[in-house]
Amino acid sequence: MTFESFSFYLFSTILVGSALSVIFSRNPVHAALSLVLAFFTAAAIWLMLEAEFLAISLILVYVGAVMVLFLFVVMMLDININRMREGYWNYLLPAIVVSGIFLAELIVLISGRMVFEKPLEISAQITNEGNTLQLGRLLYTEYLYAFELAAVILLVAIVAAIALTLRRRKDMKVVSSSDQSSANRASRLKIVSMPVENGREREES
Amino acid sequence: MITLSHYLVLGAILFSVSIAGIFLNRKNIIIILMSIELMLLAVNMNFIAFSHYLGDLSGQIFVFFILTVAAAEAAIGLAILVVLFRNLKTINVDDVGGLRG
Repeated sequence: MTFESFSFYLFSTILVGSALSVIFSRNPVHAALSLVLAFFTAAAIWLMLEAEFLAISLILVYVGAVMVLFLFVVMMLDININRMREGYWNYLLPAIVVSGIFLAELIVLISGRMVFEKPLEISAQITNEGNTLQLGRLLYTEYLYAFELAAVILLVAIVAAIALTLRRRKDMKVVSSSDQSSANRASRLKIVSMPVENGREREES
Repeated sequence: MITLSHYLVLGAILFSVSIAGIFLNRKNIIIILMSIELMLLAVNMNFIAFSHYLGDLSGQIFVFFILTVAAAEAAIGLAILVVLFRNLKTINVDDVGGLRG
């Protein structure tokens, strides 16, 4: 067994095991942490496929941002796990049937092709350039329009997430800074003329 | 010897595990979102394996965009989840029947 096949089988065992742990674990926090492990091992497998940039960005984007967001939300929400787990095993049979049939179909499709059996050892393009440089060159020339669209999608996601979760409390006291800066003497001070009262009479009465 | 079909079978196993996850955790929206992330990971695995096999970097560009869209989807999904919990005090799928669907 070569080192390549050893590491592939090791990583895929960890990956499938952590995926099973995601769907079977009782506590959502454990599920999120298993998903982190799954992303790490997937990044290792992508490194074996010479996709270095995507492997690093999977760790940075998913483990660093998305999974932290997941963990944050899971810990923030006070959820009743026991109520959510009731009837958990009721759908085990349909789940096994559907996913088993799906897997069997895909394996039949994949293993029927001899063209997929070619070993993957040597990359088709042997260059001295790194994967990141090649990807960047492609991204900023041929796929520039799609790249800009992806940036717009991220902007829309930011705006949507903030707009959804922003709430204004009714009892919140705020000072309007524009009112403050546009205040002048007339709006704050009013001089009224009143008749002079005799203070002595009031004391006596 | 590791061939392309090894990677494709790994992606298929990952995808079917996440299908089973959606079936089993049908009451817990958070785990359903995590299963969707796993599905996208399986698809990305296939894309990268094919990209390596065909020597074409366009597959990796595709994975890049899938990662972008998945990050946006996760952010908006979790924001909806937070608003749902704030209004209903629950994220159980059974209790979310306000539209009588």
